[in-house]
Amino acid sequence: MVREIEFTLNGYHQKVSVKPGEKLLDVLRDKLGITSAKYGCGKGECGACTVNLDGKTVRSCLMYAVEADGSVIETLEGFQRLGKKEIQEIYQKHNAFQCGFCAPGFILSTDELLSQNPDPDEEEIKEALAGNLCRCTGYKNIFSAVKEMVEIRKGRES
Amino acid sequence: MSKNTKVVGHDAVRIDMEEKITGAALYTDDLPFGPNLLHMSVLASPHAHAEILNIDTSEAEKFPGVMAVATGKDYPQKFGLYLQDKSILPVDRVRYVGEQVAVVIARTKEIADEGCKLIKVDYKILEPILDVRDALKEDAVLIHPDLGDYQVIPWINPQPGTNISHIRKIRKGDVEKGFEEADFILEDEYHVPHVVHACIETHISVARYDYTKRLTMWNSTQSPHTQRHIMANALGIPHKDIRIIAPYVGGGFGGKAGISMEALTVACQKVPGYPVKLRWSRKEEFLNSSQRQELRATVKMGVTKEGKITALRHIMHWDVGASAEYGNNVVNATGFSATGPYYIPNVSIDSVGVYTNHPPCAAYRGFGYSEFHFGIESHMDRIAKAIGIDPVEFRRINAIKTDDEVAYKCHMNPSGMLECIDKVAQAIEWGKEEVSDDPDIVIAKGFASAWKAPAMPPNAGSSVFIKFSEDGSINVLVSGMEIGQGLHTAVAKFASEILTVPLNKIRVELPDTDRNPYEWQTVASHETWELGNATIRAARDARAKIFDVVSRAFHLEKESLYLEDGKVKDDLDPDFALPFEDFVITGIQTEFNTWVGGPIMGIGSFIPEFTNAMVDPDTGMGGHPNVHYTVGAGAVKIELNKKTGVVRVVKMAEGFDCGKAINPDLVKDQIVGGFIQGLGTALYEVCIFDDKGKMLNTNFTDYKIPTILEMPDEMIPIIVEVPQPDGPFGARGMSEHTMIPVMPAVANAIANAIGLRIKDIPLTAEKVALRPLQKDFVAEK
Ligand code: FES
Ligand code: FES
Repeated sequence: MVREIEFTLNGYHQKVSVKPGEKLLDVLRDKLGITSAKYGCGKGECGACTVNLDGKTVRSCLMYAVEADGSVIETLEGFQRLGKKEIQEIYQKHNAFQCGFCAPGFILSTDELLSQNPDPDEEEIKEALAGNLCRCTGYKNIFSAVKEMVEIRKGRES
Repeated sequence: MSKNTKVVGHDAVRIDMEEKITGAALYTDDLPFGPNLLHMSVLASPHAHAEILNIDTSEAEKFPGVMAVATGKDYPQKFGLYLQDKSILPVDRVRYVGEQVAVVIARTKEIADEGCKLIKVDYKILEPILDVRDALKEDAVLIHPDLGDYQVIPWINPQPGTNISHIRKIRKGDVEKGFEEADFILEDEYHVPHVVHACIETHISVARYDYTKRLTMWNSTQSPHTQRHIMANALGIPHKDIRIIAPYVGGGFGGKAGISMEALTVACQKVPGYPVKLRWSRKEEFLNSSQRQELRATVKMGVTKEGKITALRHIMHWDVGASAEYGNNVVNATGFSATGPYYIPNVSIDSVGVYTNHPPCAAYRGFGYSEFHFGIESHMDRIAKAIGIDPVEFRRINAIKTDDEVAYKCHMNPSGMLECIDKVAQAIEWGKEEVSDDPDIVIAKGFASAWKAPAMPPNAGSSVFIKFSEDGSINVLVSGMEIGQGLHTAVAKFASEILTVPLNKIRVELPDTDRNPYEWQTVASHETWELGNATIRAARDARAKIFDVVSRAFHLEKESLYLEDGKVKDDLDPDFALPFEDFVITGIQTEFNTWVGGPIMGIGSFIPEFTNAMVDPDTGMGGHPNVHYTVGAGAVKIELNKKTGVVRVVKMAEGFDCGKAINPDLVKDQIVGGFIQGLGTALYEVCIFDDKGKMLNTNFTDYKIPTILEMPDEMIPIIVEVPQPDGPFGARGMSEHTMIPVMPAVANAIANAIGLRIKDIPLTAEKVALRPLQKDFVAEK
């Protein structure tokens, strides 16, 4: 029943035993000490459990851990090591979050957006973040922070 | 006194922001408890109303991995905040679908879930009461037959032998005479349904009881000390032996105030030494934390043709659900304030809490004010139009002003009501007509005013410790909770301003009832004001101690000393500058090589010493129940699609008189956040129940909350500052208030767009699209 799987987590190689029905969120939280991926609904509806798997964000509450075998996973814990601090800093500057519970999910979704689309327009930004629920902020500062990130990147390229 | 502040009144990055964007901020579920952590699951009632005839837990107890099972037999005591009408686990009766009937503690969550399935409960099903109008009938079944035996605080008035949990009455002036003086009278009913807080973090509690009889809990809570007090009384454990640690909270909005599921993890007493964790699933969060009361209101208002309100009769029937312990204070607070922010000479208010077999209801951002403002502010627009006065002007005419008499005959605190109305009207460009290029789209605007007072016992207290470290940095210990509103940043600023220590040398610590001083609860939008005052006292206390030691060591006049940039300076000697790090721990060496002083600490505590909740139950007069009101206004511009009924808010403006914005940016963030939360409740949020009382939409697919896509294109938050004389630097609270104007403002905008007056929240696309097609539809002009 129990199976050993392997993946890269925030740049480190990991091996962990999982049961067939176990969700990636629970394995990350309970067996690997990852706390940034949060439980918000367990049904793919809120985005609090967002992690990056092979370059794309996934809802770790929906995904079976065995499906992650052989993958490369990034969570908020790895951001500074992986050189992605800028997204965090700009969110911080904008006071983008209040309770902060949704923050990891938004940061992961933003990272995915910016790596796939360096120059998203306003609608594309909203579309990319529409799967992350925030009950506190009304999204305004989150949105303005991402717009600034896009401007900074564009400035760097030109 | 806030003329030349260096920190207060200036924007700053929140002191908790770095922790939150790096993942360093730990929430209760993130704490490690080691391999002996056990898990709890809850068996929920499938019935809205039933007698419990028997509970057989024997099979569950035998199941491998199950460590303990608890039922109501183990916890017969009742508990609650204002009225003890709640069971930890029910003994003989369940009162709503989802109510906890038994708990199972096991090695894993899966085993605990399995254990629950093995518990057999025999029920005798009773007819559920799902509407306040049924609950109030003469022959209604009693949901709490023992209501008369419950403990209650003196100013809450339950009515044994009925389903009424509390009544607050106001009788001011002579309403009949007031109606006679009126040239126009409008009476109508309004309905606001149950909704939920929908914090993204669900409730969670971890509890450990040990053989020394000490109970330690880690709870996601706004109320660590109140929980400790309730727990100590219910369990007979001395307060000092209960320790409640409150890590970061992933959204509260009142939902994590008081106590709810945290009472269940005390069943850890059955497995001493083991920490036991209970985390609500999203479905359990919908059913078994607390909801917002449903309101059925009847508003009758009379006005003269010049637009002066002469009388108001306001009857509010609150569906408080199956227990009213905390919700009773919603009933109470709104009873005192259901005039809205207007001066009205003749007032009759009946605010009535009514039990039903819906889930229990309690505090939700706005504390009942959102619900009753829907009726009042809809009425204001309708009356204004009927007598031919502009709705904004009608509000101006009646706006409550400084020193005006409120409904319970105390005098209004300094009020920036007119300034709020004018600035919001200007920002939304009130009166400017706009036409869409799309023939299906109607553009319209809607306006609403709002006010709210903190609802709290008259002796609710706050306290603060400030302690210095060797390098002159400080830790501020509070039990006011940072739930996202920015409280700890405000506390840091108060300390910084007075002690002249920069913000990056200040930490504000999350509550731990063993170590941090007492705080009643983080609710009511009272903390900036009350904990702020306590913080200022603590900072002044530390400063006085600093002056004392410096004056003794250097033989200086205390009166000539002052603080600047983290140093003690002397008016009489421009060269004197003693940095904190030189003495705040070690003290100061004297000329005899002895030392004076020692570690510097400041303490401060605060209660409002002028409030009095003991009013005459028949008239509401004779007391001083509220510390002050915060006033404001909000307006929206909508695009209404006549074909689909979809209403999109494209612009909003809201202004509140917060006395003094400690952090202007964060005040604006509260306005935006509260507005969007209000927008969900205005347009689509609603708890849907079937005819047996079962809630049908217990997930975010069927119960939608706003996403980034609903954000208006333009949002204009406005700060008005008419200082509160007893507030810290003039501040008063404003966070909850921001949700209040939204429902009526959108309803008024819809009426202005197509003449459709919706009196029943939410303002869904179906209602907007279908109602005008019906034969008897008469457009409001
Ligand atoms: S917890 Fe995974 S989407 Fe909500
Ligand atoms: S900041 Fe609280 S949920 Fe987003």
